Amino acid sequence: MSILPQLAFVLILGVAGFILSKRIQFLRRNILLGKAETRNDQPENRWKAMFLVALGQQKMFKRWVPAFLHLLIYVGFLVINLEVLEFVLDGLLGTHRLFAPLLGGVYTVAINVFEFLAVAVLVSCVAFLVRRNVMKVERFTKPELKGWAALDANLILVIEIILMFAILTMNATDQILAGRGDAHYLVLGPLFFSSFLQPLFESLSTGALVALERVAWWFHIVGILAFAVYVTYSKHLHIFLAFPNTWYSNLKPKGEMVNMPEVTQEVNMMLGIPTETPAEAPAEIGRFGAKDINDLSWVNVLNAYSCTECGRCTSECPANLTGKKLSPRKIMMDVRDRAEEVGKSIDVGGPGLADGKSLLGDYISKEEINACTSCNGCVEACPINIDPLSIILQMRRYVAMEESGTPAQWNSMFQNMETSFSPWKFSPSDRFNWSEKVKEEEIK
Amino acid sequence: MAEMAANSQTPEVLFWVGCAGSFDERYKAVTQAFVKILNKVGVSFAVLGPEEACTGDPARRAGNEFLFQMQAVANIQVMNGYAVKKVVTACPHCFNTIKNEYPALGGNYEVIHHSEFLQQLINEGKVTLQGGGEFKGKKITFHDSCYLGRANGVYDAPREVIKALDVELVEMKRCRTKGLCCGAGGAQMFKEPEAGKKDINIERTEEALATGASTIAVGCPFCLTMMTDGVKNKNREADVQVVDLAELLAKDMGI
Repeated sequence: MSILPQLAFVLILGVAGFILSKRIQFLRRNILLGKAETRNDQPENRWKAMFLVALGQQKMFKRWVPAFLHLLIYVGFLVINLEVLEFVLDGLLGTHRLFAPLLGGVYTVAINVFEFLAVAVLVSCVAFLVRRNVMKVERFTKPELKGWAALDANLILVIEIILMFAILTMNATDQILAGRGDAHYLVLGPLFFSSFLQPLFESLSTGALVALERVAWWFHIVGILAFAVYVTYSKHLHIFLAFPNTWYSNLKPKGEMVNMPEVTQEVNMMLGIPTETPAEAPAEIGRFGAKDINDLSWVNVLNAYSCTECGRCTSECPANLTGKKLSPRKIMMDVRDRAEEVGKSIDVGGPGLADGKSLLGDYISKEEINACTSCNGCVEACPINIDPLSIILQMRRYVAMEESGTPAQWNSMFQNMETSFSPWKFSPSDRFNWSEKVKEEEIK
Repeated sequence: MAEMAANSQTPEVLFWVGCAGSFDERYKAVTQAFVKILNKVGVSFAVLGPEEACTGDPARRAGNEFLFQMQAVANIQVMNGYAVKKVVTACPHCFNTIKNEYPALGGNYEVIHHSEFLQQLINEGKVTLQGGGEFKGKKITFHDSCYLGRANGVYDAPREVIKALDVELVEMKRCRTKGLCCGAGGAQMFKEPEAGKKDINIERTEEALATGASTIAVGCPFCLTMMTDGVKNKNREADVQVVDLAELLAKDMGI
């Protein structure tokens, strides 16, 4: 046996590993363009969130049909990857079905399970392609999903279908060869699903079958490695990032907005309330609110990279449902696109954040963020606890406090509150007037 | 409150009336209904009256953190001055802000929404129900407020209050965690909506009307306004009424 295939395999594995590590560094750096924020409290609840929401797919099941199809792909992905371990070892050692002699009958059972899952993944991917392209489910037809986003989604599904066919083809040809008594191939117990493919290949010569089996094997393993690299450019990144993303979930009540201590200090000074922190100004006063990705928390950027653009948020958004421009999914996609743009610019020695562009203005408009009712529908809907609302509210803070650019009607509301301590223009001394009617009735 | 403090009395609970509860012509009836229930049951409570200011919620949601904190810090000074321990309010926005956002500014109170308070009164048997009255056997649907439901996980208390009456509670297509906003949250109450094909309150009112309910129950002043406007827009104000939970209960109690 030539050692050449082994060398080729090592080389491919090395190249894939190198590219992947570069990509991971790029993503990590981009996520950390966001501001520091510590979210390590309540570790037991964080593990629980990750276990239930990411691993357990809890929130997916708010919609049964896609949840079930997605579950098949998800379980298929996890379980079939066990076989990849054998693939890698076979590739390195130049062996074939290394685990078969060790596991005996269990091996045949395992391969049958893998084949069942391969078929389940195949069927689900076809169903998803139909939902997107034939049924045109509404959330997949929104404007932000045109172009690359739609292509990306379809590519993933098609690649997965081809990879699953490769597994089944490999098993079918492998067993025909084994049946012909080729010593290199082991006769396993009956393989239910791939046996249906065997008649397609029965007429081929042994040489052609060996070639086909090898092509399928190489295609599958190289395909998986290439897919792993592709994922880092794709919305499909959720398969990894869903886990840290849920671990870093917001565990506070959804209605709570994060306090701005820098404002508290100034307010206390204005009102003459002694503060614990020294009154001297901090060395560098940051921006109030968020204009660009570096004003957001790194968790916001992690959210953006974890988003798989399913659009459940947008389909629950009252503003979007009634035809306003706001789409929470677009907010997440914009954050990611801007982080990518800044990251790439930094890598080529470009201006990075100082490129004259910004998230608010060049990607997201005021019209979008002003339309939000802060209802938390998007946050509740997200299967992996992404929080688009947090980003919207931080941008509103920037508009109000740095630009004084809020809509005129809000400015009047601010004025009323400043002068009469109510969003409406009423005299504070009239606050108790409602009680007169109650008193009258009681006297009667 | 000032009066009670002067007589060195300590009320059991502070009723936070809120701006809509103080000034909105329609919504003042809710304040009055809730106070009548409290008086009837004999709960020792106080209100801040002219010493109360907006919690700052709409300013904060519109991005004006300075204004929010000015309001919040002033309110906290007043409440801490009276050593307030427990707050009840009928407004989910006030509820959310005082409960979740005042602690970071030094205001720590036990805060409950009036739906929870009313449920407790019913459970403790303190409220004597007359068994229906004008609502007897009628269909009532409950509209979840975002700041009560999703924001703070209160879904059951308002429903328990409604179920305690002799009525049929029917749910809208989108309810509980999936409840559709009335369109007023996030300071939308105070400006015109952005351009679109429909107003949010119309969409929600259509869902409520689709249940066939003759009464739409709410637990929020903004929702009350938005749903009432929606019903008017659909020309259904003659046969469909929008009422707050406190009004429902007060009517059933015959007060």
